[in-house]
Amino acid sequence: MTSTSTDINQTNSSNSTPLLSVRNLKVHFPIKRGFLVQREVARVRAVDGVSFDIYPGETLGLVGESGSGKTTAAKAVIQLNNPGSGSVKFEGQELVGLSTSAMRPIRRKMGMVFQDPYGSLNPRMRAGDIVGEPLKVHGLAESRDGYRQQVASLLTTVGLSPAMAERYPNEFSGGQRQRLGIARAIAAKPSLLILDESVSALDVSIQAQILNLLQDLQDEYNLAYLFIAHDLSVVRHISHRVAVMYLGKIVETADAKDLYERPLHPYTQALLSAIPTPDPIHERSRERIILRGDLPSPLSPPPGCGFSTRCPIATEACSAAVPELKTLAENQQAACFLAQGR
Amino acid sequence: MTSDSPVNSSPLLQVRDLRTSFTTPEGKIGAVNGVSFDVNHGETLGLVGESGCGKSVSALSIMQLVPNPPGVIETGEIIFEGVDLLKISSQEMQSVRGAGIGMIFQEPMSSLNPVLTIGRQITEPLGVHMGLSGWAAESRAAELLEMVGIADSRRRLGDHPHQLSGGQRQRVMIAIALSCEPKLLIADEATTALDVTIQAQILELMKNLTSESGAALMIITHNLGIIARYADRLNVMYAGKIRESGTAEQVYLQPNHPYTVGLLNSVPRLDRPASERLDPIEGEIPDPANLPAGCAFTPRCRWVTEKCSVSEPELEQVKDRQMVACYESKTVSESVEIAWK
Repeated sequence: MTSTSTDINQTNSSNSTPLLSVRNLKVHFPIKRGFLVQREVARVRAVDGVSFDIYPGETLGLVGESGSGKTTAAKAVIQLNNPGSGSVKFEGQELVGLSTSAMRPIRRKMGMVFQDPYGSLNPRMRAGDIVGEPLKVHGLAESRDGYRQQVASLLTTVGLSPAMAERYPNEFSGGQRQRLGIARAIAAKPSLLILDESVSALDVSIQAQILNLLQDLQDEYNLAYLFIAHDLSVVRHISHRVAVMYLGKIVETADAKDLYERPLHPYTQALLSAIPTPDPIHERSRERIILRGDLPSPLSPPPGCGFSTRCPIATEACSAAVPELKTLAENQQAACFLAQGR
Repeated sequence: MTSDSPVNSSPLLQVRDLRTSFTTPEGKIGAVNGVSFDVNHGETLGLVGESGCGKSVSALSIMQLVPNPPGVIETGEIIFEGVDLLKISSQEMQSVRGAGIGMIFQEPMSSLNPVLTIGRQITEPLGVHMGLSGWAAESRAAELLEMVGIADSRRRLGDHPHQLSGGQRQRVMIAIALSCEPKLLIADEATTALDVTIQAQILELMKNLTSESGAALMIITHNLGIIARYADRLNVMYAGKIRESGTAEQVYLQPNHPYTVGLLNSVPRLDRPASERLDPIEGEIPDPANLPAGCAFTPRCRWVTEKCSVSEPELEQVKDRQMVACYESKTVSESVEIAWK
């Protein structure tokens, strides 16, 4: 699958045009009170000015703790919840403001895999129909036989046997269900997959199988991934670039290697420091940055930098103004007044 | 870890050949199939394994909180401070829970009573086990909240669980579990549902508080990193049995059981190159209702021989404190040594 080359020919290869380009995306949820006349009393700024690009065949890891807005951002990309403001361009086409019917052919090119392999598959449909549904919806199956063959080959691609098409979801294990979810997501030959905590609920041995499958699929079909997770070791493993979110904003973004080798934002540093590695000798001698306090409520974020209340190095300036993302090193940006590039 | 009490010679808790099963429409299913281990005074023991391996049921059996029916402890001994907990009355067991062994669960929201204030829930065990009431109980409760890092503790005693964040609820659970100064604290996936930064806070807190009071800590988790940081010794469980046990250094650096090796190779690690491809265990976790014959790991094992599906290997000592239940453990440890070099 190659990226659409309707654009002007650039100096670089096709890689120079992003597949997905998100600019200043905002999703705000109004909190309304009142009986007959509803007034807006507050706003949850779930996603508050997020920008990123994803290139064909590339994985962008989106990391953050609960309430950081990573899932809301992903849903806004695929225009699933009330559309936000800002710009979401997919293959050069603006998606914000598109009607549902105009969105349909575009959604074919964006697959989504959810966290819960139990909740996201219809329990009354056979596995084959679940996987084949996108083919029917988008009219991609020519004949009955062709449809069956396509379903069988999809099942084989994700490591299931074609004979399993007749079974119902409850006959599958958690890992197998997630394979089904992936087969369904790639059925219509998308160029972008949104993976929202897709491996988080799986046992480690199964999680590793699914991660390998995702990497194989990416190599084979040149798929781009928006990989959302809270597990930073998993994100590092699969991502080419990583964006760290905190309270609706991206606080740091960089190539995966750079972000993990020299995180610049104090939140990224704390997040990385909080992850124990399975090496007892190294692990016990390591000093950890332990953040104080809880995540602030997105309903009433602190003034200035959202992280200032928990930041070990915050100064007065941090609660006075909001730091913007600035480039501190090659391909590395952080939103912190005190972060310094090296 | 540095407790030098004179009773150190005998373990605090001895579990011997514990078997716990559940009756289901498909018949009787063994969740714990003959598990034996010790917890020494003041040490931190890790219990690792994937879902369905029996780690939680082992803990529930120790606390005798296995829902009955359908669950029942078939056989075994659970000797805590010299007393077999399976032989005492339920009243006596009541005083062991809380005063002897405290337990923290994964979901603080469902472990706390939503209609009672935090204060009421902390003072209740204080009254039952410590004979504290009224003002004395209340000020002790406030002290405990302060100890687990909840600021403005006096006022917080009047709060209900929904007014606290997930991390704070887990702090309250720790305060309740430690309120009666237990000798053993069991944390069953206590930080799994929390965000990573909060997880780190809670784990450090549990470790610090237990080492201050000299209590032993049993951490049950699927997270190998957590065990590596906190546990002195660990038991690796699979399909209702302990497959390997030893000190953290032994098990992580020189694993002898194919399952341990598989687990360690399955997790992406921050201390290894990111480009390294994962080497997962093949296949699925077996259905506990029909476990494979012989060693339950045979269908997924790379070192499998004919003998493995005939009879089940017992835990055997391979090193000073390391035990492994595998016929091929020697070959496994040798090939791991070569591969990890």
